[in-house]
Amino acid sequence: MKKLSTTLRKLGLVSVLAGLTFVTGTVRAEDTIKVGVLHSLSGTMAISETTLKDTMLMLIDEQNKKGGLLGKKLEAVVVDPASNWPLFAEKARELLTKDKVAAIFGCWTSVSRKSVLPVIEELNGLLFYPVQYEGEESSKNVFYTGAAPNQQAIPAVDYLMNDLKVKRWVLAGTDYVYPRTTNKILEAYLKSKGVSKKDIMINYTPFGHSDWQSIVADIKKFGSTGKKTAVVSTINGDANVPFYKELGNQGISAEKIPVIAFSVGEEELSGMDTKPLVGHLAAWNYFMSIDTTKNAAFINQWHEYIKNPKRVTNDPMEAHYIGFNMWVKAVEKAGSVAPDAVQKAIIGIEFPNLTGGTSKMLPNHHISKPVLIGEIQDDGQFSTVWQTNTLVDGDAWSDFLPESKPIIADWTAPINCGNFNTKTKKCSGQNFK
Amino acid sequence: MKANSRNWPIGLLLALILMLPTLSIGQEEDAFAAALSQLKTASTSDRSQAIELVAAVKQPQAVIVLQALLDGRLLKLKSTDQLVIGTESDIGYQLADALDAKDLGTVERSATQKITLTNSLRTELRKTIGRLQLNDADAAIRLAAVNALAKAVDEDGLAMLQEHLNSEQDEQVQKAIKLTLGLEQLNSPSKLKRLEAIELLKAHADQNIVNRLNELVEKDDQGQYVEADSDVRNAAKTALVSINSDLQLYAGIETLFFGLSLGAVLVLSAIGLAITFGVMGVINMAHGELMMLGAYTTYVTQQLMPNHLGLSIVVAIPAAFIISGLAGIIIERGIIRFLYGRPLETLLATFGVSLFLQQTVRSIFSPLNRSVTTPEWMSGALQINDFLALTWNRFYILVFCLLVFLLLLQILKRTRLGLEVRAVAQNRPMAKAMGVPTGRVDALTFGLGSGIAGVAGVALSQITNVGPNLGQAYIVDSFMVVVFGGVGNLWGTLVAGFSLGIANKLLEPYAGAVLAKILVLVFIILFIQKRPRGLFPQQGRAVEG
Repeated sequence: MKKLSTTLRKLGLVSVLAGLTFVTGTVRAEDTIKVGVLHSLSGTMAISETTLKDTMLMLIDEQNKKGGLLGKKLEAVVVDPASNWPLFAEKARELLTKDKVAAIFGCWTSVSRKSVLPVIEELNGLLFYPVQYEGEESSKNVFYTGAAPNQQAIPAVDYLMNDLKVKRWVLAGTDYVYPRTTNKILEAYLKSKGVSKKDIMINYTPFGHSDWQSIVADIKKFGSTGKKTAVVSTINGDANVPFYKELGNQGISAEKIPVIAFSVGEEELSGMDTKPLVGHLAAWNYFMSIDTTKNAAFINQWHEYIKNPKRVTNDPMEAHYIGFNMWVKAVEKAGSVAPDAVQKAIIGIEFPNLTGGTSKMLPNHHISKPVLIGEIQDDGQFSTVWQTNTLVDGDAWSDFLPESKPIIADWTAPINCGNFNTKTKKCSGQNFK
Repeated sequence: MKANSRNWPIGLLLALILMLPTLSIGQEEDAFAAALSQLKTASTSDRSQAIELVAAVKQPQAVIVLQALLDGRLLKLKSTDQLVIGTESDIGYQLADALDAKDLGTVERSATQKITLTNSLRTELRKTIGRLQLNDADAAIRLAAVNALAKAVDEDGLAMLQEHLNSEQDEQVQKAIKLTLGLEQLNSPSKLKRLEAIELLKAHADQNIVNRLNELVEKDDQGQYVEADSDVRNAAKTALVSINSDLQLYAGIETLFFGLSLGAVLVLSAIGLAITFGVMGVINMAHGELMMLGAYTTYVTQQLMPNHLGLSIVVAIPAAFIISGLAGIIIERGIIRFLYGRPLETLLATFGVSLFLQQTVRSIFSPLNRSVTTPEWMSGALQINDFLALTWNRFYILVFCLLVFLLLLQILKRTRLGLEVRAVAQNRPMAKAMGVPTGRVDALTFGLGSGIAGVAGVALSQITNVGPNLGQAYIVDSFMVVVFGGVGNLWGTLVAGFSLGIANKLLEPYAGAVLAKILVLVFIILFIQKRPRGLFPQQGRAVEG
């Protein structure tokens, strides 16, 4: 009951505050720099995106405490696209035309990003996208601070192949663009490494799939031939809990058939019974358990801001942390928030990430990141079992797909193109399928 | 890491040879204590060395400690930094000193910290324990040890088993060792020995055996048979034929079980709707959210009694019934009763209620999923043999579903409420004329249906996420089952749920999960065209009214 009343009070406070910022916003529109936060606060994606909204508010708050930006205070404009993809485009338009925000931090699913893309290009805005994604895209107006496939999927497969000696592969995913593209890249990569077709099993399930009995039984059969088998999972969101439960119940332990996941992080684990997951793997560019002073300070700041010492931090939060700070540095360097100036200034900007390295914004609008592989512990944290020695540069167009192999993205002169074909020496324009 | 794990058994043997004669009992205890303290302080990568040290101590307690470590029961007391073995009990952990098994009373779960492992350590540990337990006095433990060694067999293990076979008295353990050795014998250069091995192996349903036999009849990359001798190949082929027919039978049983358990989930989520929609005719779009309330009730009861996980599920059943039932009555009295006879408006209003309930839960519990722990007795599987295992949670849900169904049937058949519900459903004006308080009956019926939805939520909390979106995932399936089974017929719901479950599982291996679902939906649409009232239509004049 106490929890209920405090939550209600908090709600009230938030709405009052929201009202206040709106009022002050209209009064002093000229002396603030507005930052758009475009994350779903209701609907299916609220589960992941609400945290990112809070992260952004915390980062903006922190920057204001340091004295703002260019002598002005930053002001967050929070909108709720309600997990509704077309609404993302609408809200982005509203942020750019009505609120005139300097940059937008937002989106989670690839489909929401694809929906915002035409709007942000038409109105020449800036979008910082913090989630690992399937690649095959580079827009002049978007900065991809999450992992590209070569910063997550490919190193994960390398680890399984070299360290765990995996010979047979199950590529299991939810049926939408990110898993389909990632698995296409992985399949091509595995074949290039000499894995035969009969040693790869690909399986897609609908969103929120909850009955995994037959699929897990199939995986068990597939993995029982004596060759070391692993599951590479691009299973998204809510379908993960029943999947891991079924694995545990059917007696598939991480020692027999390890599962490496690209969408299961600390936040997702906090809502799961971790018993059946212990020992399974995940590949990310950040773990909350990483022991650096920067990370400890970030976690501390987060706990103080959110007023709950039990909340966890995760990879997309770090991506926003890096992306926001890179944007701040770029604005300072350019001396203006004008999108064109910031776009030019941000390339080459470096900022220390939370895992001990220094990430850099590359000409293809992706950033360099370390790749970490961790085993899930029963407290919902990861213990790092492998990591890259150096930071890996994000590659927008995969080298393992024949059609995108010759394509590069470079937003500096003289190429200035998101999909430049190095063979035909042509820029095919902003042609996003 | 790899090289290390290969070499260490030799190191261990050396250590044993060196240590045994020189160590007196007292020194051995010291060594044990030292090993334990290293286990406690070592970082994850150094832990393998510490495990070796513990294993090198020839004491029964060492095996107990290692087993506890493997089971995740080896804990460090946060207060005194002492290494203890915990056993789950009603109020937390029942502790025993890791060093001398002395009873240390019980503590809260939060007062301890687990000694963690990685996968490679776990594999190593399993082998180590297998080796240590091979000489245990209890035949069952020896059998487990042999099986553990057989799962990841290497040269040292084989030599150890061969040696042990001579001294082994128990028949079952002997058999298990012979099977493992038999597999090895298939590599023998002598044809006779290989044939002998196939003869021995073919009578056993074991994955390793099937794999090995399959290898024998396959061709390698150059198109040459792996097994050069045709007699041996033929023997392997015949053996495989007989094993494969068994396998097909097991696969059939497994699919049937999967289908029934999926069906049970469908029936559970639909049966409350069979009452509100089927009997009362209310299109309740908030039905899924009533299930969600039940699932959250499970979460809350678990939070209230964190040390009685098993019991909390049982307590959650009536609690969820009451909470969802009350919510249902409030919805009925507050909204639906003004909308009887206007199905479209009911649909919209209850859809609004569902959004309201979702957002309320988001505000109270946060939009994140909540973790509901599965009690021990519901996890794992009933392992019948290497190829057939029935998972406990699905099994319990199947039984639970049947119990709920029978109970509901009895309520509708034998109680006064049931009589009144049926009377109102058949002919409302006439029932009213006979003195049935229709308003109260409506409220109670809706409450009953909603309460059952809550109970279904308790079951769902054991197999899926507990989050604000839980209900949405099941609402379509629920309507599908009720419509397919025949509106207003509980038996129809039962039959429809199970047949859809089985159909789905039969299709899934061929069509994939996405297509299987689509095919089932298409089938239902076609079926409804032919028989609009479902499998078991209600008959009589009431239907027309």
